[in-house]
Amino acid sequence: MNSLGVNIGETVVNIAVLVKQVPDTNSKIQISGDRVDLSTVKMDISPYDEFAVENALQHKESGGGTVTAITVGSAGADKVLKGVKALGVDNIIRLDCDSYMDSNALQSILAQEISSGGYDVVYCGKSAADTGAGSTGPGLAERLGWGSVSNITDITFDGGLTVTSPSEGGNAIISVTLPAVVSCDKGSTKVRKSNVKGIMMAKKAQVDVKAVAAPVSSVSIVSHMMPPAKPAGKKFEGGESAQTVAQLLRDEANII
Amino acid sequence: MSDTIVIAELSKGKMSHTTNELVTAANKLGTSCTVIVPCLDSSVATDASKISGVTKVIAAKSDVFASYDAAAWAEAIDTVAPSGTMITSASAQSKDLAARIAARRSISVVQDVISIDGTTLSTPIYSGKAIQNVSINGDAVISVRANIFPPSDNNGNCEMQVIDTTGNVSTAIKEMVQRASQRLDVSEANIIISGGRGMGTPANFSHLEEIADKLGAAVGASRAAVDTWDEIPHSMQVGQTGKTVNPNLYIAVGISGAIQHLAGMRSSKYIVAINKDADAPIFQHADYGIVATWEEALPVLSSSLSSLLG
Ligand SMILES: Cc1cc2nc3c(=O)[nH]c(=O)nc-3n(C[C@H](O)[C@H](O)[C@H](O)COP(=O)(O)OP(=O)(O)OC[C@H]3O[C@@H](n4cnc5c(N)ncnc54)[C@H](O)[C@@H]3O)c2cc1C
Repeated sequence: MNSLGVNIGETVVNIAVLVKQVPDTNSKIQISGDRVDLSTVKMDISPYDEFAVENALQHKESGGGTVTAITVGSAGADKVLKGVKALGVDNIIRLDCDSYMDSNALQSILAQEISSGGYDVVYCGKSAADTGAGSTGPGLAERLGWGSVSNITDITFDGGLTVTSPSEGGNAIISVTLPAVVSCDKGSTKVRKSNVKGIMMAKKAQVDVKAVAAPVSSVSIVSHMMPPAKPAGKKFEGGESAQTVAQLLRDEANII
Repeated sequence: MSDTIVIAELSKGKMSHTTNELVTAANKLGTSCTVIVPCLDSSVATDASKISGVTKVIAAKSDVFASYDAAAWAEAIDTVAPSGTMITSASAQSKDLAARIAARRSISVVQDVISIDGTTLSTPIYSGKAIQNVSINGDAVISVRANIFPPSDNNGNCEMQVIDTTGNVSTAIKEMVQRASQRLDVSEANIIISGGRGMGTPANFSHLEEIADKLGAAVGASRAAVDTWDEIPHSMQVGQTGKTVNPNLYIAVGISGAIQHLAGMRSSKYIVAINKDADAPIFQHADYGIVATWEEALPVLSSSLSSLLG
């Protein structure tokens, strides 16, 4: 950096990170009528998104840049944006939407936002803890015409990116040229915690709320239900019963 | 209902049994079923032409299928696939591909489908704590969980076409790091034996490995085990922040059954739990529970398996 705090000779990267608010993973999910009722559930950032935020911040720290966190949701989701602001994210944007969107609708509005924002790289969690789908990262990349790598467990910054991602029989070390979408697994990443200063700053921060026009969803929710109860299992006392269980795995379960 | 297209699932270059399950799912959705086999060499595709319920096989032949690049695979497959509802497996790679292809076609993707009833699909949400039923209007891409639909048999015989295809590769593999052990990864295995904090030391995982080798199983772990012991890598972790697995048999040893662990394995077909605490929550989910220390139970299990497996 020079005396004016400007980066010289380093690429300044425009980094986006997608975050989502989901029920705390400890929470009990209840159904009322034929829909999940989240009214009494504590909401939190989806666990994998924390790794995405950490990787985005490390990317910035490796050579300068800005990190913008983007979420799609209603005002309740601002809490998650403030949480990542406290960790050091520069800008926070919420695409304002309160209703269900299928993957096509969701990715369309995200692709619009990423294109108009001029980003070089997008980080996201490998899947969200509510749907578990993992469609957003690769789907967004396809719409942008970008490359993507998913479920990465390690990352180094060397102008481009070098990531580790599981592949059949082991791991692949992959070099990625930007622009790209990177979906993040836990791996060896240790996430930072916010400090008091960060939290105070985040309190005052403004969420940039943007209206969206999403295409009509072709997938619609019919109902929610509890998973069918599993019939009570058989329980045996003592180590010797392992023999009975082995026999049941053959005779009853037909597995071995 | 429109035509259905199945993307064949391959494992180590061979046709995976999962493809037969995908054909069953496809036959529930539509009348005709085209199977696309992404391959370097079309000989592997002949296996697909024997699956009952398949109307046509397209061997999509391309160098890009040598290693996975999401953008190139999606392009190479999309180019040769007719329109219709597309079905893939729900392995991590295939879910990624499903999302890519759906986006390419500007249609929606529904992941981890566990039941199909007309155009209504069921998927687990909140890590299996609830089920969501959705209806699809028009074409979609659907990934289907393994070990749910019965596999279609191999009494068919349909036409096969070889089409050369290609796509733009956007990432470059610098290096493949093979796992030191020959054992399967938890995400690939049909049987998994996992250890938790109750194993006491990481060295004791050798007792799990011994049984895994008899069963052709993978060895997994709880987060407590992964976080406590450096020797147990995160790649072994099953659960909310580890891998979601769906094997035929999951054996949990010295694992309490925390909700985040259940999130990754509760949909396993059969669950066996070995735990010294009769009140451990894992027993509520076990088909077969053994209340004992692993020190007592594992040697018996090991020798019983030896005599059963001959
Ligand atoms: C956001 C978040 C994400 C998480 N993600 C995951 C995840 O992906 N995967 C995961 O597993 N956890 C996850 N957890 C942690 C989870 O809450 C539990 O802490 C963890 O699963 C406990 O691991 P455990 O069962 O091995 O250990 P413990 O809960 O300590 O249980 C050990 C068990 O071993 C038994 N035992 C002790 N000695 C013996 C013996 N000699 N023989 C037989 N049994 C014995 C005990 O009775 C006990 O039941 C997550 C938590 C959070 C908050």
